[in-house]
Amino acid sequence: MNAPATTASALDTTGESGTGGTRVDPRPSTEEERASGALALQWATVRVLLARDVVRFFRQPSRIVGALAQPILFWFVIGAGFAGSFRVDGAQGLDYQRFSFPGVVTMVVLFSAIFATISVIEDRREGFLQSVLAGPGSRLSVVLGKALGSSAIALLQASLFLLFAPLAGVKAATLDVPLLLTVMVLSALGLTGMGIALAWWVRSTAGYHAVMSIVLLPMWVLSGAMFPLKGAGPLLAWVMRLNPMRFSVEGLRRALYGAEASLAVGTTSSGAGLEVPVLLAFATVFLGLAAFSVSRRE
Amino acid sequence: MTPALLALSPTARFPVPLLQLDGLTRRFKARVALDGLNLAVGAGEIVGLLGPNGAGKSTTFQLLAGLLAPDAGRVLFEGRPLSLHDPALRRRMGIIFQRGSLDDLMSARENLMLGARLYGLTGARARERVEQMLRLIDLQERGDERVSTWSGGMRRRLELARALVHQPRILLMDEPTQGLDEASFRSFWAHLRALRDAEGLTVLLTTHRADEAEMCDRLAVLDSGRLVATDTPAALAARMGGDILTVEAREPESLVAELRQRLGLEARVVEGRVQVEAEQGHALVPRLVEAFPAGRLASVSLRRPTLADVFLQLTGRVLGADQPTAEPARRSRRR
Repeated sequence: MNAPATTASALDTTGESGTGGTRVDPRPSTEEERASGALALQWATVRVLLARDVVRFFRQPSRIVGALAQPILFWFVIGAGFAGSFRVDGAQGLDYQRFSFPGVVTMVVLFSAIFATISVIEDRREGFLQSVLAGPGSRLSVVLGKALGSSAIALLQASLFLLFAPLAGVKAATLDVPLLLTVMVLSALGLTGMGIALAWWVRSTAGYHAVMSIVLLPMWVLSGAMFPLKGAGPLLAWVMRLNPMRFSVEGLRRALYGAEASLAVGTTSSGAGLEVPVLLAFATVFLGLAAFSVSRRE
Repeated sequence: MTPALLALSPTARFPVPLLQLDGLTRRFKARVALDGLNLAVGAGEIVGLLGPNGAGKSTTFQLLAGLLAPDAGRVLFEGRPLSLHDPALRRRMGIIFQRGSLDDLMSARENLMLGARLYGLTGARARERVEQMLRLIDLQERGDERVSTWSGGMRRRLELARALVHQPRILLMDEPTQGLDEASFRSFWAHLRALRDAEGLTVLLTTHRADEAEMCDRLAVLDSGRLVATDTPAALAARMGGDILTVEAREPESLVAELRQRLGLEARVVEGRVQVEAEQGHALVPRLVEAFPAGRLASVSLRRPTLADVFLQLTGRVLGADQPTAEPARRSRRR
């Protein structure tokens, strides 16, 4: 047999530098790890996942082009189609392209969250994600890293599209940048959390596409992105009122066009100012759910 | 056998069990995938888990990788019981997955750096380890190439480097050389041995390649979730004392029946050929040829038993039969 030359003595001579400690007695190093390294390792996992998603995004030019072209097409085509028939009582002069702009921004965030989480399904059984799950980082940091990475891409894509804001009649006077950023960040985190949680339970890309068309797309359609809450039938209006994505669209509308424009297409009960707390709750709940799903050991 | 005995008997060279599996059990609904596995892996040892599909080797791998939770049993690392999800254990383990963990959009260096960062290495220490690993796998000049352009053999070597960049004590590999050609296989193992000697690595791998099993210091043969044998490859091969006679013939099934009836021989069909184990193989050849009319037997050959034969005897299954590259006849036997 191929008898290897390695013996215990070979092991002893291999000095280990850095954090590992010696091979003779690893106990001190283990405790040292527990004390100082635990949090650093979690942070390292989060950072690796976040950095990887961003690097991958910039290395796929087709993705950047697609990310920009898809919402533009959608916005112009649908806008042109509805231009003639769209009218909201009490909001004279509001054309459809202006009305739908915040909704398209939400769509950009939604789609990048969807695509990012499809990669979770693909990566889970094979590839990179498996090696991360088998690593020293906790499942919570894996979820956080993946959610932050996906959200970063969502924000990049949305920001690119927001360059068209002047064309959509956004004025500097009504623009509320802190609110805009807060709403986008929280929406992105909530939607990626939801995507990861769904992806973990669904397990197949085919199943995920079904969930996407049954849950995620209707959520967007009924968010006030395509048609205003005002004027919807009572049942539909209730569904729309309870839809967390509505707060994303309304928050963006308020951040871009000011509170008046937001109220004009909403209802009196749609409390401006509720968006941030609701989205914060949305993000917390779904990131928690994602962390719970991913942490459940099979 | 108790784990202690397993640790002592054939592996006096590896006296300290680094990793000890103690009654590891995992069920999937009603099916018991792993049934109380006891196995001790000595420091510096290369142990191969050998078994057909469904034997429990993938389950063992996934349990040890922390991707599955055991239903019963425990794992001792350096004599201390540790949860499989304990970061202290995870950190001391390097893992090579069957499908690979490389990012195609990144260079070899970047891939190694991701691996290093994931295990908490930073700054100069991380860079130093990355370069060291690239040197060890002889790919230093190509470190800035994107790995999507690389051959399967090179990618596997990079997987090896990535799994070891954080200097783990134990390397876990799932079918590491699946689909590699002979040259890449040799190269992979040469590098693995060099790394083992340089870093004092302990290796536990799953395999169904006979040539890979030969490379291990010790083999643990699994069948239906149970350990059926552990020994060195040489000792396992020596368990079969006699010779193997392989007979090619039309209608091999009926030949098996005839052999039993007319010569009182126990034979079986393996991959379309009839196989007979016999103490005195050379004496049996003329008897066989005499017993059947001309043209009934296409060929008769005689050889010493190999690991594959031992495996067949222990488990009743053909080693390597679950390779995806197997021909259709083999594949039908996978069920």
